[in-house]
Amino acid sequence: MRERFRDFEHLIRLVLLFGAGTLLFLGVRAVMVPPGFGEYGHFRPGALDDNAAREPLYAGRERCVECHDEVVKKKAADKHAGVGCESCHGPLAAHANDPDAVKPELPKVATLCVRCHSAVQSRPATFPQVEPKSHSEGSPCNDCHDPHAPAP
Amino acid sequence: MALDRRTFLTETGCFLLLTGAAAEAWPFVAEERPQDAPGYDRTRHWWAMFIDIEKCIGCGLCVKACKAENDVLNEPYFFRTWVERYYIPAKDVSDLTAEDRPRVDSPNGGYDSFDEIYPKAGGKSFFVPKLCNHCAHSPCVQVCPVGATFESPDGVVMVDKTYCVGCRYCVQACPYGCRYIDPRTDTVDKCSLCYHRITRGLTTACCEVCPTQARRLGDLKDPDDPIHELLRTHKVQVLKPNMATGAKVYYNGLDAAVR
Repeated sequence: MRERFRDFEHLIRLVLLFGAGTLLFLGVRAVMVPPGFGEYGHFRPGALDDNAAREPLYAGRERCVECHDEVVKKKAADKHAGVGCESCHGPLAAHANDPDAVKPELPKVATLCVRCHSAVQSRPATFPQVEPKSHSEGSPCNDCHDPHAPAP
Repeated sequence: MALDRRTFLTETGCFLLLTGAAAEAWPFVAEERPQDAPGYDRTRHWWAMFIDIEKCIGCGLCVKACKAENDVLNEPYFFRTWVERYYIPAKDVSDLTAEDRPRVDSPNGGYDSFDEIYPKAGGKSFFVPKLCNHCAHSPCVQVCPVGATFESPDGVVMVDKTYCVGCRYCVQACPYGCRYIDPRTDTVDKCSLCYHRITRGLTTACCEVCPTQARRLGDLKDPDDPIHELLRTHKVQVLKPNMATGAKVYYNGLDAAVR
């Protein structure tokens, strides 16, 4: 029996080498894999927070009511009730956060209304559409229509 | 990061004394977990969108708002959402030439709305807003070799820009063409369903500005969300249902010609 286990030094070296390799792997893995990886799936959960970190540019129509409740009431009673404030006025979270410092520009009527209301056959037939040139003969839309209460 | 004596001993001790699995679990125990945004529990939502083609007027406000909100490049190759116009000539389907096939156009993604270009008589035409379908079994997630794109617990397909290597596999894999490479970072970019907005209780930028409520964000896990009523009372379809992607953008009034 003793004869059989005479040459075992090389086995110890092999085990030590294997152990060292395993430790190295575990060490590198622990450093490289970010905390929580795999918590929800094969990705870094911090990426969820990265994506959620940006600040919104569009405040949302609920914010506008805080100051402009008269306009909102007027709009809610007419055809443009479903149209968000920022659909026409653009992204205004900066204005909502600091109303004095950031003043919004008035939308340009010449390009604003035709975006939705110029006649295109692809639009739903029930949607109000006009040929801009023949409809107003060159005068701006808001000569006759109030954008917040547009019904003629 | 400065490595003080205490940290060094703890970390080294971990590796030496604990098994591999325990060493991996140690950071959870020792450190605080990354917390969810206040008031938002991502396991209690499952986001989807309802798009009513019969209401879409092709104004392109969604495209414009999306580009502004999400810092998408203004060139006409980069879109997180865009609007397509379909024109289907009135012809007998058994006798179709190339001109009679459905035609699709999307000038600048519909950013500046649409001009009339098709003959008035005959045929039908409509708009189809497109965006990431936030598939529950997403092909783009399956092909990512580095775990940079993923389905979040609340049902949003997102990109980890710090992991993305810009290999473009996902751009190829997406059957809806919803991904592009952002040349500024050479990483992929796509609709994140305005994750920074929906986690704050706002709707997406595109839904916020849609003047006809043709696009509506919905939370399928919220029993009070109006999307359940919409899905119950409309005949909805998803894009490419044959690909079994589990798409969560539901279209009302989708024509068979739409791809």
